[in-house]
Amino acid sequence: MSAISSYARALAAGDGRAYPIASRRHLHLSDHPLVFIPLTMAGEANAPLAAMIGTDRDSPSLLVVPQPRNRDLRFAFAAELAGHVLRYVEDRPRHGVETYGKEARTRYLDAPQMLVPNGAGVGFVKLFGRSTRFRRTTGQYAVTPEVPLLGRWLTWFAERAEHPGCSTLVAMTSELSQHWASGQSALEDANLAAQLAWIDPPAGSDAAQAAREAEDPMIWPPSGPSTDPTFDNAVLAPAIRRYDEGQHERALAVLERELRTQLEPTWRLMWQAYDLLRALPAGDTVESRWATDRTEFTGHHIYVGGGGLPQARRDGAVAAARRLQRLEREQQEYDATRALDDPMVMANFRVTGEAFTGTVVSVEPDRRVVSAKGRRVLRPLVVVRTSDPVRLVAQTTVRSPARPSQDATIIDISGELVTLQIENGMGRGATAATGSLPIAGDDLTYTSIFPDGIRSPELPSVDDTPWTHGGPPQPYTPSDDDAREVWE
Amino acid sequence: MQPETPARLRKLRGAAPAQRHNARTVAALTGNPGCARRAVLDAAGIDKDALARKIGHPAKFGQSQFAITRGNAFEAQVKANGYAELLRLLRETLGLEIEEVGSKDLNEVAGNDSQELRHIRARQALEAAVNGHEPLTFLDHPLLRLDVGGNDVYLEPDLVAFHHDGVMHVVEIKSFAIIDDQADGGKVAAAARQSAVYVLALRKLLGDDRVSHDVVLVCPKDFSNQPTAVKIDVRKQLITLDHQLSRLARIDTLVGQLPEDLSLELDTHTPQELVDALSRMEARYEPTCLNSCEMAYFCRSEASGCTSALGATVREELGGIEYVARALDLAHGKTVPSVEEVEATAMLQATARIYRSVAA
Repeated sequence: MSAISSYARALAAGDGRAYPIASRRHLHLSDHPLVFIPLTMAGEANAPLAAMIGTDRDSPSLLVVPQPRNRDLRFAFAAELAGHVLRYVEDRPRHGVETYGKEARTRYLDAPQMLVPNGAGVGFVKLFGRSTRFRRTTGQYAVTPEVPLLGRWLTWFAERAEHPGCSTLVAMTSELSQHWASGQSALEDANLAAQLAWIDPPAGSDAAQAAREAEDPMIWPPSGPSTDPTFDNAVLAPAIRRYDEGQHERALAVLERELRTQLEPTWRLMWQAYDLLRALPAGDTVESRWATDRTEFTGHHIYVGGGGLPQARRDGAVAAARRLQRLEREQQEYDATRALDDPMVMANFRVTGEAFTGTVVSVEPDRRVVSAKGRRVLRPLVVVRTSDPVRLVAQTTVRSPARPSQDATIIDISGELVTLQIENGMGRGATAATGSLPIAGDDLTYTSIFPDGIRSPELPSVDDTPWTHGGPPQPYTPSDDDAREVWE
Repeated sequence: MQPETPARLRKLRGAAPAQRHNARTVAALTGNPGCARRAVLDAAGIDKDALARKIGHPAKFGQSQFAITRGNAFEAQVKANGYAELLRLLRETLGLEIEEVGSKDLNEVAGNDSQELRHIRARQALEAAVNGHEPLTFLDHPLLRLDVGGNDVYLEPDLVAFHHDGVMHVVEIKSFAIIDDQADGGKVAAAARQSAVYVLALRKLLGDDRVSHDVVLVCPKDFSNQPTAVKIDVRKQLITLDHQLSRLARIDTLVGQLPEDLSLELDTHTPQELVDALSRMEARYEPTCLNSCEMAYFCRSEASGCTSALGATVREELGGIEYVARALDLAHGKTVPSVEEVEATAMLQATARIYRSVAA
């Protein structure tokens, strides 16, 4: 939430249509995303009921668990889901590798991208990963080898999804609200059908009206993982009862038909959302964030292929602190790079006074000052006129998205005039290189928000975990207890 | 309470039987303490679900029979064989040295007990237990009473209390899972708020030092049906609850402001008459009402055009202006701000100008 998005929400509510709050797309969208819509049974701990999954919008696969309380049927679902997910994941490295960085490391050219309808869908992926990754393939409760492997990949997807700017697992409603403001509350935006009704209403219909209709589970079934209670009571319960009574084929036919009608509308909405986001031009830094995703994918793919252990149930203290630090840094980077990529995002910082946009009114290109070392150095002055409510103070370092490698220092702010001293990026000559300075009449934005500002404090190594945090943790090895855990 | 208030509330409800309160509804009431409509409807025991349906804005949180089945089965399992499983949890998981000496189910007998009678029975049993007159460890379904906005309400007794060293503890049995010692934060918070309602009601009955602020939450462990127990300290929730209950506008005042002959009897009024009657009671709609109040969809349609319908933060960021249309008019310089609106207007106009400069 910000002043800009709240204002856009007011505009949307007033006009009956969504207003954009981004002019660029800030996530990577794969040519072949894996769209995944899970449904669970009410009351149970993440018990799968059905899922629709696939990379082809015209031929999704439907997975159904005829009795979600039956352990064997759940594992059959897990095995079937594993078939889809693992095939998709294993296809990614086939697109080749590239080398990068000073140490010439290699990474895959492609990474998996899973799209789920909402935040609760991400929650399903996380819990289903947790419930399958410790399973054993031998002994009591043995499962097929794909099941624990699926668990480790789902866990990886869910853990990565916590990183700001990550595109390997995406909740559609969250991404849509990063790009559009609807005329309803954030709480109501968690309904994919209602949110899309605001952004892209059916031809000839009123967005607000369409959004209200979208809340009716009889018209638009919920996008999961929870199902509509009325559907549970009227349709699902009798069909499951029939299955329990031994009429397997008939029950399965009914369940498949009914669950398909519950899932298909959401399936179409997912692709509608995909198309809407895809129509936006990608931000400049989307590619580099996707490169991080690819690096992470490569690392985990090699780790899993090399027989690495499944992820532990809980992080140790140092690992958790390190992870938190990284998340904070990534959030700051993500916010800053999005603002630099997109004037509509930068507008948020202009309202808070951390950035300003204006017109250059005068430039003093030959100004020289005496540096700390006693040399006379070139430090041109640029005066910008802005009507933004600037709240920066003198001596703040700022940069312009149009000139990302040139620092400027605020010398003075009086009324609408901001005086900047250009510090660098003017070439090595006695005078500033051609084009290295703004000229009068240029429209420019300057901001103190950079992606590289944060410094994290040092953390101890895992072996030096202080006693206040439980001391050095026992190295994690999955136990038989993990594998035997009942799931019923 | 003023002597005429119960009669006024009965008149408002009409011939329909009064809806009972439970910990969930009391907790929800404190979630939006400024809502006079909900306070009056709840105090009068009006069936909000039926009312919302009759006026064409039905609530959308029906309960799935799967969830009910699972919840009941889990509760029955924990309580089976004379609370054997619960006793084991209290001993092993929480390390209490507790002896099973006896239990009493205070549920209604043959359905013909009055609430008053059941409450007295519950009070006697609870007092006997903490004073050591009767060897009781578990007391199931005690009917408790709580003063809500100046009106005594009986709480639907979905709880077990256990007695340990002269102190009562509340046990809350929930069917959401605790996975790797972590559970859904929202559900735990809701359970803690509900338990706090019981603790408060028990304290009113037995005295503050006789009821522990540590409640025991019993949930399925990981992905199994095996129960596990954790202690939750509800002191914070108790303070909030006590504060908000005392702050609730006195029901006398609210009822006093309504016309004498106002009635919300469902069977004898048309939907339009009911809507007119409801409009006499001021609501305070916010989007979270959609998760907790049966009337929310009606209130939402009524609040259409208000900035608060877009969320509390949106309203704040629009300078606290009440209506969307007015906020936009101020932002676009189409109307003259009042003295209080001057500061908000400057901010809105800057926001609007910056937005316009970047919108294509």
